[in-house]
Amino acid sequence: MRIATDILQPNVQPGNETIKMSGRKVCVHYAEKQALFDVDLDIVANQVISLIGPSGCGKSTFLRCLNRMNDTIDICKVSGAITLEGQDIYDKAIDVVELRARVGMVFQKPNPFPKSIYENVAYGPRIHGMTRSKDELDELVTSSLRRAGLWNEVKDRLDQPGTGLSGGQQQRVCIARAIATKPEVLLMDEPCSALDPIATAIIEELIDELRENFTIVIVTHSMQQAARVSQKTAFFHLGKLIEEGPTEQIFTNPHHKKTQDYITGRIG
Amino acid sequence: MANASNEHIVSSYEDELTELTRAISEMGGMVEVAITNATQALIRVDHDLAKQTSKGDKAVDDMQRYIDEKAVSMIARRQPMAGDLRHIVSAIHVANDLERIGDIAKNLARRVKHIDSQRVSKQLYNGLRHMSDMALAQIKRSLDSFTLRDANIAVDVCRRDDEVDALYISLFREFLTYMMEDPRNITDCTHLLFCAKNLERAGDHATNIAEAAYYLKTGENLYYDIESGKVQLN
Repeated sequence: MRIATDILQPNVQPGNETIKMSGRKVCVHYAEKQALFDVDLDIVANQVISLIGPSGCGKSTFLRCLNRMNDTIDICKVSGAITLEGQDIYDKAIDVVELRARVGMVFQKPNPFPKSIYENVAYGPRIHGMTRSKDELDELVTSSLRRAGLWNEVKDRLDQPGTGLSGGQQQRVCIARAIATKPEVLLMDEPCSALDPIATAIIEELIDELRENFTIVIVTHSMQQAARVSQKTAFFHLGKLIEEGPTEQIFTNPHHKKTQDYITGRIG
Repeated sequence: MANASNEHIVSSYEDELTELTRAISEMGGMVEVAITNATQALIRVDHDLAKQTSKGDKAVDDMQRYIDEKAVSMIARRQPMAGDLRHIVSAIHVANDLERIGDIAKNLARRVKHIDSQRVSKQLYNGLRHMSDMALAQIKRSLDSFTLRDANIAVDVCRRDDEVDALYISLFREFLTYMMEDPRNITDCTHLLFCAKNLERAGDHATNIAEAAYYLKTGENLYYDIESGKVQLN
Protein backbone atom coordinates (compact mmCIF):
# COMPACT_ATOMS: atom_id res chain seq x y z
CA MET A 1 0.00 0.00 0.00
CA ARG A 2 1.51 3.28 -1.06
CA ILE A 3 0.82 6.14 1.26
CA ALA A 4 0.30 9.50 -0.31
CA THR A 5 2.03 11.81 2.12
CA ASP A 6 0.06 14.86 1.08
CA ILE A 7 -3.14 13.40 2.47
CA LEU A 8 -1.55 12.62 5.83
CA GLN A 9 -1.35 16.34 6.42
CA PRO A 10 -3.98 18.47 8.26
CA ASN A 11 -7.29 17.30 6.93
CA VAL A 12 -9.28 20.49 6.82
CA GLN A 13 -10.79 21.74 3.58
CA PRO A 14 -11.58 25.34 2.81
CA GLY A 15 -15.02 26.20 4.17
CA ASN A 16 -14.34 24.42 7.47
CA GLU A 17 -15.12 20.99 6.11
CA THR A 18 -13.07 18.39 7.92
CA ILE A 19 -12.09 15.41 5.85
CA LYS A 20 -12.85 12.21 7.71
CA MET A 21 -11.76 9.69 5.13
CA SER A 22 -9.86 10.08 1.94
CA GLY A 23 -9.09 7.87 -1.04
CA ARG A 24 -6.26 8.59 -3.45
CA LYS A 25 -5.61 6.68 -6.63
CA VAL A 26 -7.61 3.76 -5.29
CA CYS A 27 -7.51 0.80 -7.67
CA VAL A 28 -9.16 -2.56 -7.04
CA HIS A 29 -8.55 -5.75 -8.97
CA TYR A 30 -10.59 -8.93 -8.69
CA ALA A 31 -7.94 -11.34 -9.96
CA GLU A 32 -7.16 -10.04 -13.48
CA LYS A 33 -10.22 -7.85 -13.74
CA GLN A 34 -9.83 -4.24 -12.65
CA ALA A 35 -12.96 -2.97 -10.88
CA LEU A 36 -11.80 0.49 -9.77
CA PHE A 37 -9.48 2.90 -11.55
CA ASP A 38 -7.57 5.62 -9.66
CA VAL A 39 -10.42 6.86 -7.52
CA ASP A 40 -9.72 10.10 -5.63
CA LEU A 41 -12.49 10.92 -3.19
CA ASP A 42 -12.71 12.84 0.08
CA ILE A 43 -15.39 12.02 2.63
CA VAL A 44 -16.30 15.02 4.75
CA ALA A 45 -17.01 14.57 8.46
CA ASN A 46 -20.64 14.78 9.59
CA GLN A 47 -21.96 14.72 6.09
CA VAL A 48 -23.77 12.07 4.09
CA ILE A 49 -22.14 11.21 0.78
CA SER A 50 -24.04 9.10 -1.76
CA LEU A 51 -22.25 6.87 -4.19
CA ILE A 52 -24.36 6.38 -7.31
CA GLY A 53 -23.89 4.68 -10.65
CA PRO A 54 -25.12 1.73 -12.69
CA SER A 55 -24.65 -1.87 -11.53
CA GLY A 56 -21.04 -2.95 -11.70
CA CYS A 57 -19.69 0.60 -11.71
CA GLY A 58 -17.57 -0.01 -8.60
CA LYS A 59 -19.48 1.99 -6.02
CA SER A 60 -19.99 -0.95 -3.63
CA THR A 61 -16.40 -2.04 -4.24
CA PHE A 62 -15.21 1.41 -3.18
CA LEU A 63 -17.51 1.34 -0.14
CA ARG A 64 -16.09 -2.01 0.94
CA CYS A 65 -12.55 -0.65 0.64
CA LEU A 66 -13.35 1.90 3.34
CA ASN A 67 -13.47 -0.70 6.12
CA ARG A 68 -11.40 -3.34 4.39
CA MET A 69 -14.33 -5.65 3.78
CA ASN A 70 -12.58 -6.56 0.54
CA ASP A 71 -9.91 -8.31 2.64
CA THR A 72 -12.36 -11.17 2.98
CA ILE A 73 -12.21 -11.80 -0.77
CA ASP A 74 -9.01 -13.68 -1.60
CA ILE A 75 -8.71 -12.56 -5.22
CA CYS A 76 -9.30 -8.92 -4.38
CA LYS A 77 -6.29 -6.60 -4.45
CA VAL A 78 -6.51 -2.98 -3.36
CA SER A 79 -3.89 -0.37 -4.21
CA GLY A 80 -3.63 3.36 -3.68
CA ALA A 81 -4.16 5.13 -0.37
CA ILE A 82 -7.19 5.22 1.91
CA THR A 83 -6.92 7.17 5.11
CA LEU A 84 -9.10 7.60 8.17
CA GLU A 85 -8.25 10.88 9.86
CA GLY A 86 -4.97 10.92 8.01
CA GLN A 87 -4.01 7.38 9.00
CA ASP A 88 -3.55 4.77 6.30
CA ILE A 89 -6.15 2.08 6.99
CA TYR A 90 -4.20 -0.49 4.95
CA ASP A 91 -1.12 -0.02 7.14
CA LYS A 92 0.17 -3.30 8.55
CA ALA A 93 -0.07 -1.90 12.08
CA ILE A 94 -3.82 -1.34 11.73
CA ASP A 95 -6.05 -3.77 13.61
CA VAL A 96 -8.82 -4.59 11.13
CA VAL A 97 -11.31 -5.48 13.87
CA GLU A 98 -10.73 -2.12 15.50
CA LEU A 99 -10.99 -0.40 12.11
CA ARG A 100 -14.37 -2.02 11.49
CA ALA A 101 -15.51 -0.81 14.90
CA ARG A 102 -14.60 2.71 13.82
CA VAL A 103 -16.04 2.28 10.33
CA GLY A 104 -19.31 0.37 10.75
CA MET A 105 -21.45 -1.11 8.03
CA VAL A 106 -25.12 -1.69 7.28
CA PHE A 107 -25.97 -4.04 4.45
CA GLN A 108 -28.60 -4.17 1.75
CA LYS A 109 -30.57 -6.98 3.34
CA PRO A 110 -31.33 -6.68 7.04
CA ASN A 111 -29.18 -9.36 8.66
CA PRO A 112 -29.89 -9.48 12.39
CA PHE A 113 -28.14 -12.28 14.27
CA PRO A 114 -30.46 -15.14 15.25
CA LYS A 115 -30.45 -13.80 18.78
CA SER A 116 -32.61 -11.48 20.85
CA ILE A 117 -32.96 -7.82 19.94
CA TYR A 118 -30.90 -6.95 23.03
CA GLU A 119 -28.11 -9.37 22.13
CA ASN A 120 -27.98 -8.11 18.56
CA VAL A 121 -27.13 -4.62 19.79
CA ALA A 122 -25.00 -5.72 22.75
CA TYR A 123 -22.83 -8.03 20.65
CA GLY A 124 -20.41 -5.40 19.31
CA PRO A 125 -19.80 -3.50 22.57
CA ARG A 126 -19.31 -6.83 24.34
CA ILE A 127 -16.66 -8.23 21.97
CA HIS A 128 -14.85 -4.89 21.93
CA GLY A 129 -14.98 -4.70 25.75
CA MET A 130 -16.59 -1.31 25.61
CA THR A 131 -18.55 -1.55 28.83
CA ARG A 132 -17.55 -2.47 32.36
CA SER A 133 -20.88 -3.46 33.84
CA LYS A 134 -24.28 -4.81 32.91
CA ASP A 135 -25.81 -1.42 33.70
CA GLU A 136 -23.42 0.29 31.31
CA LEU A 137 -24.20 -2.25 28.60
CA ASP A 138 -27.95 -1.79 29.19
CA GLU A 139 -27.46 1.93 28.87
CA LEU A 140 -25.52 1.57 25.61
CA VAL A 141 -28.11 -0.82 24.12
CA THR A 142 -30.91 1.56 25.11
CA SER A 143 -29.20 4.63 23.69
CA SER A 144 -28.31 2.82 20.44
CA LEU A 145 -31.90 1.66 19.98
CA ARG A 146 -33.13 5.18 20.74
CA ARG A 147 -30.76 6.68 18.19
CA ALA A 148 -31.93 4.13 15.66
CA GLY A 149 -35.48 5.30 16.32
CA LEU A 150 -36.53 1.83 17.43
CA TRP A 151 -36.67 2.04 21.22
CA ASN A 152 -40.37 2.75 21.59
CA GLU A 153 -41.25 -0.10 19.28
CA VAL A 154 -39.10 -2.77 20.96
CA LYS A 155 -38.54 -1.71 24.58
CA ASP A 156 -41.06 -4.26 25.85
CA ARG A 157 -39.70 -7.16 23.84
CA LEU A 158 -35.92 -6.83 23.98
CA ASP A 159 -35.60 -10.56 24.71
CA GLN A 160 -37.46 -11.60 21.59
CA PRO A 161 -35.56 -12.63 18.44
CA GLY A 162 -34.47 -9.81 16.12
CA THR A 163 -35.48 -11.94 13.18
CA GLY A 164 -39.13 -11.69 14.26
CA LEU A 165 -39.31 -7.96 13.50
CA SER A 166 -40.53 -6.40 10.27
CA GLY A 167 -38.00 -5.70 7.51
CA GLY A 168 -37.77 -1.98 8.36
CA GLN A 169 -37.40 -2.73 12.07
CA GLN A 170 -34.75 -5.38 11.36
CA GLN A 171 -32.78 -2.83 9.35
CA ARG A 172 -33.00 -0.39 12.24
CA VAL A 173 -31.77 -3.15 14.60
CA CYS A 174 -28.79 -3.50 12.25
CA ILE A 175 -28.24 0.26 12.37
CA ALA A 176 -28.49 0.18 16.19
CA ARG A 177 -26.00 -2.71 16.18
CA ALA A 178 -23.65 -0.74 13.91
CA ILE A 179 -23.77 2.43 16.00
CA ALA A 180 -23.49 0.60 19.34
CA THR A 181 -19.74 0.28 18.82
CA LYS A 182 -19.66 4.09 18.45
CA PRO A 183 -18.19 4.14 14.98
CA GLU A 184 -16.99 7.37 13.41
CA VAL A 185 -18.07 6.43 9.92
CA LEU A 186 -21.14 4.44 8.90
CA LEU A 187 -21.15 2.68 5.55
CA MET A 188 -24.55 1.78 4.14
CA ASP A 189 -24.88 -0.47 1.11
CA GLU A 190 -28.36 0.10 -0.33
CA PRO A 191 -29.93 0.05 3.14
CA CYS A 192 -33.48 0.64 1.91
CA SER A 193 -33.64 -1.48 -1.22
CA ALA A 194 -35.56 -4.24 0.57
CA LEU A 195 -37.90 -1.89 2.42
CA ASP A 196 -41.31 -0.39 1.73
CA PRO A 197 -41.70 3.42 1.30
CA ILE A 198 -42.69 4.05 4.94
CA ALA A 199 -39.77 2.03 6.35
CA THR A 200 -37.53 3.80 3.80
CA ALA A 201 -38.73 7.21 4.98
CA ILE A 202 -38.02 6.23 8.62
CA ILE A 203 -34.48 5.12 7.73
CA GLU A 204 -33.89 8.30 5.70
CA GLU A 205 -35.06 10.43 8.61
CA LEU A 206 -32.72 8.43 10.81
CA ILE A 207 -29.78 8.96 8.44
CA ASP A 208 -30.35 12.70 8.66
CA GLU A 209 -30.34 12.57 12.47
CA LEU A 210 -27.29 10.29 12.63
CA ARG A 211 -25.29 12.78 10.55
CA GLU A 212 -24.85 14.91 13.65
CA ASN A 213 -22.63 12.27 15.22
CA PHE A 214 -21.43 10.16 12.33
CA THR A 215 -20.04 10.47 8.87
CA ILE A 216 -22.18 8.43 6.49
CA VAL A 217 -21.35 6.90 3.13
CA ILE A 218 -24.36 5.41 1.37
CA VAL A 219 -24.53 3.39 -1.81
CA THR A 220 -27.92 3.67 -3.45
CA HIS A 221 -29.59 2.83 -6.72
CA SER A 222 -32.32 5.33 -6.02
CA MET A 223 -31.39 8.72 -7.38
CA GLN A 224 -34.25 10.25 -5.45
CA GLN A 225 -32.89 8.78 -2.24
CA ALA A 226 -29.41 10.14 -2.96
CA ALA A 227 -30.97 13.55 -3.67
CA ARG A 228 -32.98 13.41 -0.44
CA VAL A 229 -30.43 12.22 2.10
CA SER A 230 -26.97 13.34 1.04
CA GLN A 231 -25.00 16.55 1.01
CA LYS A 232 -22.43 15.23 -1.46
CA THR A 233 -22.89 12.82 -4.34
CA ALA A 234 -20.28 10.88 -6.27
CA PHE A 235 -21.07 9.27 -9.61
CA PHE A 236 -19.17 6.15 -10.67
CA HIS A 237 -19.17 4.65 -14.14
CA LEU A 238 -17.25 1.59 -15.35
CA GLY A 239 -14.97 1.68 -12.31
CA LYS A 240 -14.11 5.35 -12.57
CA LEU A 241 -15.22 8.25 -10.43
CA ILE A 242 -16.74 10.52 -13.07
CA GLU A 243 -17.98 13.40 -10.99
CA GLU A 244 -18.32 14.37 -7.36
CA GLY A 245 -19.90 17.46 -5.86
CA PRO A 246 -22.69 18.99 -3.78
CA THR A 247 -25.84 16.90 -4.23
CA GLU A 248 -27.88 19.89 -5.36
CA GLN A 249 -25.44 20.64 -8.14
CA ILE A 250 -25.16 17.01 -9.27
CA PHE A 251 -28.94 16.65 -9.59
CA THR A 252 -29.71 20.02 -11.14
CA ASN A 253 -26.61 20.92 -13.08
CA PRO A 254 -24.08 18.08 -13.39
CA HIS A 255 -20.90 19.15 -15.13
CA HIS A 256 -20.11 15.86 -16.78
CA LYS A 257 -22.22 14.58 -19.65
CA LYS A 258 -22.07 10.98 -18.40
CA THR A 259 -23.53 12.07 -15.06
CA GLN A 260 -26.31 13.94 -16.84
CA ASP A 261 -27.03 10.92 -19.04
CA TYR A 262 -27.13 8.52 -16.10
CA ILE A 263 -29.28 10.52 -13.71
CA THR A 264 -31.73 11.43 -16.44
CA GLY A 265 -32.05 7.80 -17.54
CA ARG A 266 -30.12 7.97 -20.79
CA ILE A 267 -27.45 5.40 -19.85
CA GLY A 268 -28.01 2.49 -17.52
CA MET B 1 -24.87 0.69 -21.94
CA ALA B 2 -24.42 3.95 -23.76
CA ASN B 3 -27.42 5.14 -25.69
CA ALA B 4 -26.17 6.16 -29.11
CA SER B 5 -28.98 8.59 -29.91
CA ASN B 6 -28.68 10.12 -26.44
CA GLU B 7 -32.36 9.67 -25.86
CA HIS B 8 -34.07 8.35 -22.80
CA ILE B 9 -34.08 4.62 -22.20
CA VAL B 10 -37.79 5.11 -21.52
CA SER B 11 -39.00 6.36 -24.90
CA SER B 12 -42.35 7.63 -23.59
CA TYR B 13 -40.41 10.03 -21.33
CA GLU B 14 -38.52 11.31 -24.36
CA ASP B 15 -41.83 11.73 -26.20
CA GLU B 16 -43.26 13.75 -23.32
CA LEU B 17 -40.24 16.10 -23.26
CA THR B 18 -40.52 16.57 -27.02
CA GLU B 19 -44.24 17.27 -26.68
CA LEU B 20 -43.49 19.92 -24.05
CA THR B 21 -41.12 21.74 -26.42
CA ARG B 22 -43.64 21.41 -29.26
CA ALA B 23 -46.40 22.87 -27.11
CA ILE B 24 -44.19 25.82 -26.14
CA SER B 25 -43.41 26.46 -29.81
CA GLU B 26 -47.10 26.30 -30.70
CA MET B 27 -48.00 28.65 -27.86
CA GLY B 28 -45.19 30.98 -28.92
CA GLY B 29 -46.61 31.05 -32.44
CA MET B 30 -50.07 31.83 -31.04
CA VAL B 31 -48.88 34.86 -29.07
CA GLU B 32 -46.75 36.15 -31.94
CA VAL B 33 -49.84 36.11 -34.15
CA ALA B 34 -51.90 37.71 -31.37
CA ILE B 35 -49.47 40.64 -30.94
CA THR B 36 -49.20 41.09 -34.72
CA ASN B 37 -52.98 41.10 -35.14
CA ALA B 38 -53.57 43.36 -32.15
CA THR B 39 -51.11 45.91 -33.54
CA GLN B 40 -52.68 45.67 -37.01
CA ALA B 41 -56.13 46.12 -35.50
CA LEU B 42 -54.92 49.26 -33.71
CA ILE B 43 -53.26 50.74 -36.76
CA ARG B 44 -56.03 49.89 -39.21
CA VAL B 45 -58.73 50.47 -36.60
CA ASP B 46 -60.03 47.04 -37.55
CA HIS B 47 -62.73 46.18 -35.03
CA ASP B 48 -63.30 42.66 -36.38
CA LEU B 49 -59.63 41.76 -36.10
CA ALA B 50 -59.57 43.29 -32.61
CA LYS B 51 -62.54 41.16 -31.54
CA GLN B 52 -61.02 38.04 -33.06
CA THR B 53 -57.68 38.69 -31.29
CA SER B 54 -59.42 39.30 -28.00
CA LYS B 55 -61.36 36.05 -28.29
CA GLY B 56 -58.21 34.15 -29.30
CA ASP B 57 -56.68 34.70 -25.85
CA LYS B 58 -58.69 31.81 -24.45
CA ALA B 59 -56.77 29.37 -26.66
CA VAL B 60 -53.48 30.79 -25.28
CA ASP B 61 -54.76 30.37 -21.71
CA ASP B 62 -55.83 26.79 -22.49
CA MET B 63 -52.38 26.08 -23.90
CA GLN B 64 -50.73 27.32 -20.71
CA ARG B 65 -52.97 25.04 -18.66
CA TYR B 66 -52.09 22.14 -20.94
CA ILE B 67 -48.34 22.80 -20.54
CA ASP B 68 -48.66 23.20 -16.76
CA GLU B 69 -50.59 19.96 -16.45
CA LYS B 70 -48.07 18.10 -18.61
CA ALA B 71 -45.18 19.50 -16.59
CA VAL B 72 -46.72 18.72 -13.19
CA SER B 73 -47.61 15.22 -14.32
CA MET B 74 -44.03 14.64 -15.53
CA ILE B 75 -42.59 15.88 -12.24
CA ALA B 76 -44.89 13.51 -10.34
CA ARG B 77 -44.39 10.47 -12.53
CA ARG B 78 -40.84 10.79 -13.85
CA GLN B 79 -39.01 12.58 -11.02
CA PRO B 80 -36.91 14.50 -13.56
CA MET B 81 -33.29 15.29 -12.84
CA ALA B 82 -30.62 17.66 -14.13
CA GLY B 83 -31.25 18.82 -17.72
CA ASP B 84 -34.72 17.24 -17.80
CA LEU B 85 -35.69 18.97 -14.57
CA ARG B 86 -34.47 22.30 -15.98
CA HIS B 87 -36.36 21.62 -19.20
CA ILE B 88 -39.65 21.10 -17.36
CA VAL B 89 -39.21 23.98 -14.90
CA SER B 90 -38.22 26.33 -17.74
CA ALA B 91 -41.26 25.24 -19.77
CA ILE B 92 -43.53 26.22 -16.85
CA HIS B 93 -41.85 29.64 -16.65
CA VAL B 94 -41.96 30.21 -20.40
CA ALA B 95 -45.63 29.20 -20.66
CA ASN B 96 -46.43 31.67 -17.88
CA ASP B 97 -44.65 34.51 -19.69
CA LEU B 98 -46.30 33.61 -22.99
CA GLU B 99 -49.69 33.66 -21.30
CA ARG B 100 -48.95 37.17 -20.05
CA ILE B 101 -47.94 38.25 -23.55
CA GLY B 102 -51.27 36.83 -24.72
CA ASP B 103 -53.02 39.02 -22.14
CA ILE B 104 -51.10 42.02 -23.45
CA ALA B 105 -52.31 41.30 -27.01
CA LYS B 106 -55.87 41.07 -25.71
CA ASN B 107 -55.44 44.36 -23.88
CA LEU B 108 -54.11 46.06 -27.03
CA ALA B 109 -57.03 44.73 -29.05
CA ARG B 110 -59.57 45.96 -26.52
CA ARG B 111 -58.30 49.53 -26.82
CA VAL B 112 -59.20 49.69 -30.52
CA LYS B 113 -62.83 50.55 -29.77
CA HIS B 114 -61.80 53.39 -27.44
CA ILE B 115 -59.66 55.23 -29.93
CA ASP B 116 -61.34 57.83 -32.14
CA SER B 117 -60.04 56.81 -35.53
CA GLN B 118 -61.10 60.09 -37.14
CA ARG B 119 -59.06 62.20 -34.78
CA VAL B 120 -55.84 60.25 -34.42
CA SER B 121 -53.08 61.22 -36.81
CA LYS B 122 -51.53 58.22 -38.60
CA GLN B 123 -48.18 59.62 -37.61
CA LEU B 124 -48.92 58.64 -34.04
CA TYR B 125 -48.99 55.00 -35.01
CA ASN B 126 -45.54 54.90 -36.57
CA GLY B 127 -43.74 54.72 -33.25
CA LEU B 128 -46.19 52.15 -31.96
CA ARG B 129 -45.73 49.97 -35.05
CA HIS B 130 -41.97 50.16 -34.59
CA MET B 131 -42.33 49.25 -30.94
CA SER B 132 -44.54 46.27 -31.81
CA ASP B 133 -42.00 45.04 -34.39
CA MET B 134 -39.24 45.28 -31.82
CA ALA B 135 -41.20 43.46 -29.13
CA LEU B 136 -42.15 40.75 -31.63
CA ALA B 137 -38.54 40.30 -32.69
CA GLN B 138 -37.57 39.94 -29.03
CA ILE B 139 -40.32 37.36 -28.44
CA LYS B 140 -39.31 35.41 -31.52
CA ARG B 141 -35.61 35.41 -30.61
CA SER B 142 -36.33 34.44 -27.01
CA LEU B 143 -38.39 31.47 -28.22
CA ASP B 144 -35.55 30.54 -30.59
CA SER B 145 -33.13 30.57 -27.66
CA PHE B 146 -35.48 28.19 -25.82
CA THR B 147 -36.14 25.72 -28.60
CA LEU B 148 -32.55 25.77 -29.91
CA ARG B 149 -31.15 25.86 -26.36
CA ASP B 150 -28.85 28.66 -27.42
CA ALA B 151 -27.43 30.65 -24.50
CA ASN B 152 -25.87 33.26 -26.81
CA ILE B 153 -29.22 34.21 -28.32
CA ALA B 154 -30.65 34.38 -24.78
CA VAL B 155 -27.95 36.83 -23.67
CA ASP B 156 -28.50 38.89 -26.81
CA VAL B 157 -32.25 39.13 -26.12
CA CYS B 158 -31.52 40.40 -22.58
CA ARG B 159 -29.12 43.01 -23.93
CA ARG B 160 -31.60 44.25 -26.53
CA ASP B 161 -34.33 44.86 -23.99
CA ASP B 162 -32.71 48.27 -23.46
CA GLU B 163 -33.63 49.25 -27.00
CA VAL B 164 -37.31 48.45 -26.37
CA ASP B 165 -37.20 50.47 -23.14
CA ALA B 166 -35.51 53.41 -24.89
CA LEU B 167 -38.15 53.39 -27.63
CA TYR B 168 -40.89 53.41 -25.01
CA ILE B 169 -39.40 56.48 -23.34
CA SER B 170 -39.10 58.21 -26.68
CA LEU B 171 -42.73 57.36 -27.52
CA PHE B 172 -43.82 58.58 -24.10
CA ARG B 173 -42.25 61.97 -24.86
CA GLU B 174 -43.79 62.05 -28.32
CA PHE B 175 -47.30 61.36 -26.99
CA LEU B 176 -46.78 63.96 -24.29
CA THR B 177 -45.96 66.53 -26.95
CA TYR B 178 -49.16 65.73 -28.87
CA MET B 179 -51.19 66.01 -25.69
CA MET B 180 -49.68 69.38 -24.85
CA GLU B 181 -50.23 70.55 -28.41
CA ASP B 182 -53.94 69.85 -28.37
CA PRO B 183 -55.77 68.71 -25.23
CA ARG B 184 -58.33 66.95 -27.43
CA ASN B 185 -55.58 64.39 -28.13
CA ILE B 186 -55.31 63.46 -24.46
CA THR B 187 -57.79 60.53 -24.45
CA ASP B 188 -56.42 58.85 -27.57
CA CYS B 189 -52.80 59.49 -26.67
CA THR B 190 -53.37 58.06 -23.20
CA HIS B 191 -54.75 54.88 -24.76
CA LEU B 192 -51.81 54.69 -27.14
CA LEU B 193 -49.43 55.33 -24.27
CA PHE B 194 -50.91 52.36 -22.45
CA CYS B 195 -50.46 50.33 -25.63
CA ALA B 196 -46.80 51.36 -25.78
CA LYS B 197 -46.37 50.43 -22.12
CA ASN B 198 -47.98 47.06 -22.79
CA LEU B 199 -45.58 46.38 -25.65
CA GLU B 200 -42.68 47.37 -23.44
CA ARG B 201 -43.95 44.80 -20.91
CA ALA B 202 -44.13 42.20 -23.68
CA GLY B 203 -40.42 42.89 -24.23
CA ASP B 204 -39.80 42.25 -20.52
CA HIS B 205 -41.58 38.91 -20.79
CA ALA B 206 -39.36 38.06 -23.77
CA THR B 207 -36.37 38.77 -21.51
CA ASN B 208 -37.82 36.42 -18.88
CA ILE B 209 -38.17 33.71 -21.53
CA ALA B 210 -34.54 34.27 -22.56
CA GLU B 211 -33.46 33.97 -18.93
CA ALA B 212 -35.36 30.69 -18.63
CA ALA B 213 -33.69 29.48 -21.85
CA TYR B 214 -30.28 30.44 -20.48
CA TYR B 215 -30.99 28.50 -17.27
CA LEU B 216 -32.20 25.52 -19.30
CA LYS B 217 -28.99 25.46 -21.30
CA THR B 218 -26.42 26.26 -18.62
CA GLY B 219 -27.99 25.58 -15.22
CA GLU B 220 -26.94 29.10 -14.23
CA ASN B 221 -29.15 32.09 -13.60
CA LEU B 222 -28.80 35.13 -15.81
CA TYR B 223 -29.61 38.59 -14.59
CA TYR B 224 -29.63 41.69 -16.64
CA ASP B 225 -28.65 44.76 -14.65
CA ILE B 226 -30.52 47.74 -16.10
CA GLU B 227 -28.33 50.29 -14.30
CA SER B 228 -25.02 49.00 -15.57
CA GLY B 229 -26.40 47.60 -18.82
CA LYS B 230 -24.53 44.39 -18.12
CA VAL B 231 -25.60 40.79 -18.17
CA GLN B 232 -24.63 39.15 -14.92
CA LEU B 233 -24.39 35.56 -13.92
CA ASN B 234 -25.56 34.61 -10.48
